[in-house]
Amino acid sequence: MAGGTELGDGGKAARFKQLALPHLDDIYTLARYLMRSASDADDAVQECYLRAFRHFDTFRGGPIKPWLMAILRNVCHAAFSANARLVYGASLSQDDAADPVWRETNETPEQAVVRRDESDTMRRLIGELPPEFREVIVLREINDLSYRDIAVVIEAPIGTVMSRLARARGMLRDAWVAAEGGSEPL
Amino acid sequence: MNCEQASILLHAMIDGELDAENAREVEAHVATCAKCATELRDMQRMRKAIDPAVLRYDAPSGLRRSIEGKLPAPASAVASRRAMLRGFALGAAASALAATGLLMIVTRKDEDQRILDQVVSAHLRSLQGEHLTDVVSSDQHTVKPWFNGRLDASPPVMDLTAQGFTLLGARIDYVDAKPVAAIVYRRRVHVINLFCEPAPNSGERTASVQSLHGFNVRSWGEKGINLWAVSDISADELGDFGEKFAAALRQ
Repeated sequence: MAGGTELGDGGKAARFKQLALPHLDDIYTLARYLMRSASDADDAVQECYLRAFRHFDTFRGGPIKPWLMAILRNVCHAAFSANARLVYGASLSQDDAADPVWRETNETPEQAVVRRDESDTMRRLIGELPPEFREVIVLREINDLSYRDIAVVIEAPIGTVMSRLARARGMLRDAWVAAEGGSEPL
Repeated sequence: MNCEQASILLHAMIDGELDAENAREVEAHVATCAKCATELRDMQRMRKAIDPAVLRYDAPSGLRRSIEGKLPAPASAVASRRAMLRGFALGAAASALAATGLLMIVTRKDEDQRILDQVVSAHLRSLQGEHLTDVVSSDQHTVKPWFNGRLDASPPVMDLTAQGFTLLGARIDYVDAKPVAAIVYRRRVHVINLFCEPAPNSGERTASVQSLHGFNVRSWGEKGINLWAVSDISADELGDFGEKFAAALRQ
């Protein structure tokens, strides 16, 4: 990215903010799926950014988002191993879900309700996947990362990304079919 | 190719991660294997039920402030940014502030930073009222002539529907007390305002992306036009938009 000095002194902090803060929503989204509660996600994202800034010198260029997400993932893992109170298995509440302020208008209120219901179900089902499968689903389907970037985040070869994603989708499909109660068989 | 290989590779195929040769092999296998064909259809249906726009979360503004507050801030920008944030903390009053131009009294030495505030404010204003567009059309040949007589120079209006950015229309807005063209695009559920200001004497400016209050701003200059694209889409996507627009502009 060109022009790293717009924010003033062109120092490390300004450059870090310029590169890293635009990805805050993406990082926060991943944190919400990895952590159990919104406040735990807040804490993890904050720790992630502070840690990333401390180690910004080791950032080797390229896309910064996978690098930040790898740090977030480590922060979340550390939180779980340090604190037995936290149980990996996010119970994501439905009422505080992100709802974009602006929406396509060619949708009836009824369709919007159905879509929200389906998404609430899907959010819960993703949250109930075991962590190593949940994270690849979130990274691929919600954060829209390439396999190469997912490999960076989970620190595994691309082959592992592929096999894990295949298993994760299979598990999610089974859970989805069960949740739909066979009313809409696949 | 056997079922075990195909059942993994078909995921890479629907994700667009498979090279052409392997994709052909997967397709050939699926064509002759009912089990894998069902698997592929299942997966494509399930992906449709995953709506990233709804399943995403937006970071709370308090979290953003908290992180910004904990990182060392460059001296020149600290005071003014805090003043801006106080304005936004007023919540509902923020729109009134923006409308009266009160946000503009924040003193900044840095011209770029001042313009950045203004384009983000203009973007916010456009989302708050019913004044997103003066002319509503997805046809660039309707939108472009609308500016005739309203601005000194006719701005570039590019149809980027094929590239995933739908043209919604345009309006006149003001940046730095000068009328500018605001061309409005949509990406999924997100609005992109593209502000264009004629600058016949300025040269090419390399694109840079900055973030303010959760919005990304990509600014660049070419062909005697200063451009600012503002949206809440990711910096990567906004960069993609800028590149697609610039490519269309050069054709």
